[in-house]
Amino acid sequence: MTDMLKLQGVHTHIGQYHILHGVDLAVPRGQLTMLLGRNGAGKTTTLRTIMGLWQASQGSVTFDGRDITKTPTPEIAQAGIAYVPENMGIFADLTVRENMILAARGGEIDAARLKWIFGLFPALEKFWSLAAGVLSGGQKQMLAIARAIVEPRELLLIDEPTKGLAPAIIMNMVQAFRELKSTGATILLVEQNFLAAKLLGDHVAVMDDGRVVHTGAMAELAEDTTLQQKLLGLSMDAHQ
Amino acid sequence: MTAAADAPPTAALPKVRVDYLPMLLVPLLMLVALPLVGSVSTWVTLTVAALAMGMMIFLMASGLTLVFGLMDVLNFGHGVFISFGAYVSLIALGPLAGWVESDNLLLNIGVLLACILVAMLVTGGLGYAFERIVIRPVYGQHLKQILITMGGMIVAEQMIHVIWGASPIPLRLPEGLRGAIVIGDAAMEKYRVIAVVLGLTVFGIMHLVLNRTKIGLLIRAGVENAEMVEALGYRIRRLFVGVFVAGSALAGLGGVLWAFYRQTLTAGMGMEVNVLIFIVIIIGGLGSVGGCFIGALLVALVANYTGFLAPKLALGSSILLMVVILLWRPQGLYPVAKR
Ligand SMILES: Nc1ncnc2c1ncn2[C@@H]1O[C@H](COP(=O)(O)OP(=O)(O)OP(=O)(O)O)[C@@H](O)[C@H]1O
Ligand SMILES: [Mg+2]
Repeated sequence: MTDMLKLQGVHTHIGQYHILHGVDLAVPRGQLTMLLGRNGAGKTTTLRTIMGLWQASQGSVTFDGRDITKTPTPEIAQAGIAYVPENMGIFADLTVRENMILAARGGEIDAARLKWIFGLFPALEKFWSLAAGVLSGGQKQMLAIARAIVEPRELLLIDEPTKGLAPAIIMNMVQAFRELKSTGATILLVEQNFLAAKLLGDHVAVMDDGRVVHTGAMAELAEDTTLQQKLLGLSMDAHQ
Repeated sequence: MTAAADAPPTAALPKVRVDYLPMLLVPLLMLVALPLVGSVSTWVTLTVAALAMGMMIFLMASGLTLVFGLMDVLNFGHGVFISFGAYVSLIALGPLAGWVESDNLLLNIGVLLACILVAMLVTGGLGYAFERIVIRPVYGQHLKQILITMGGMIVAEQMIHVIWGASPIPLRLPEGLRGAIVIGDAAMEKYRVIAVVLGLTVFGIMHLVLNRTKIGLLIRAGVENAEMVEALGYRIRRLFVGVFVAGSALAGLGGVLWAFYRQTLTAGMGMEVNVLIFIVIIIGGLGSVGGCFIGALLVALVANYTGFLAPKLALGSSILLMVVILLWRPQGLYPVAKR
């Protein structure tokens, strides 16, 4: 099994703050890797560093064998990494359709692919020509994910897609990720909802204080409540 | 099974709210002014003058609002392109002097279009250079942007003095564009009508580009969230340079029209309208082209009506208008959703 993405000893500074203190992380091809950790552990910063939105001050990020540590964000995107930020990054003044068109490189969306996406997220078909700003929080999240999968990408980085969503919608989301997984997609998913994490993850990496402090199979961590307690503390809501 | 089954089947479509209120302000202001002005013919003259002025201000300001929206760049040197646009039209006017005095209307219009073309080409090129030399080193640093762009403006003004001399240069309107169209007792200066038509045309084109083309979509998306546009794989810097060049060319176009309107060229003309332009883009909502259009019309209408009704207030009227609008909508008429 090869690693699609590899971070080695990555340090990131935001302004004068030292946020990541040597992150080591591997994302195996064709699998879903969960990135867990308490609030402020550095999960978002890790994804932003991979995307080139923050510059690593030390260490390296390798994607598909290519060093992308210093590569500008647009080139990283073009190399095949799609990013769903924590705040979703929806263009509120643009319609759902226009949001999707911008995500499709060639400017045209493959009809069969779109049909498949509508199957995952029916709300998008319904609101297709409305301004994205009128969508509900869950629908915006669906649009953000739909944008990332409008064309097949090598790797998806998704930051807390279930944040603030109602349980029923979270289960929709889990279903959609399952289906996405079945297409062989490689995903690095940040998640605070342990139940969702348990259902989806193949692998898991747990961060604390700007470092990865545990890696292993998700199933292992799911069974070991003492380890959960130790790594994730009480901030994890295991019974949601 | 997919998420489809779980979606509530009968949820109503959310209402699309088009925000008409700011648009209604323009006709409303005109209506309110009519009884105050008293005479219909005076009102028509004032209103046409205001619309012409509004269009020119819009042309000059539209690029600036996008430049701010896209990269958070405060360009206080935008007036450079207005002055330069006006002066370089002299390049076309030299060889075409015969066309200015000709009684062939087509030649008259031709010379105006030639001036516009030359001005837009030169100011577009100047904008490209200005972005590289003056703006690029100070991305993301507002204080430095203000200082260096103002500095750039002063240097440019001095360059105009060096090239074309320090004294004002009179500018003659082409023969067929002088005078007024008289309907009843209302007189509308022909040139003002032309300015309105040109302004509307450019606004229409901009609207189409922004709403119907991929570049336009990218610009609107970039104004909202530049980082996300990059994360989708587009180079926002390139887009920004394009917008800067186009905005400079539009300012040059506005400069030409403005110069013919005043029938004089002065090196300080760009600096003079600079303040007005900033008021307009703040009223409109920074980053919003539609807001800029309505803001420009409002500023011009208020300036013209108060100029007639209470000349002493005319100077402060734009600032007063801005204050009132910001009290109503603190982010301007059409606030741009920022991440
Ligand atoms: N723009 C910023 N400026 C300064 N500090 C920041 C900035 N962004 C994040 N931080 C700090 O970096 C640390 C890691 O933040 P990050 O957002 O990566 O954590 P996270 O694991 O994603 O947390 P959460 O679960 O709350 O999303 C936090 O201490 C945070 O306060
Ligand atoms: Mg986070």
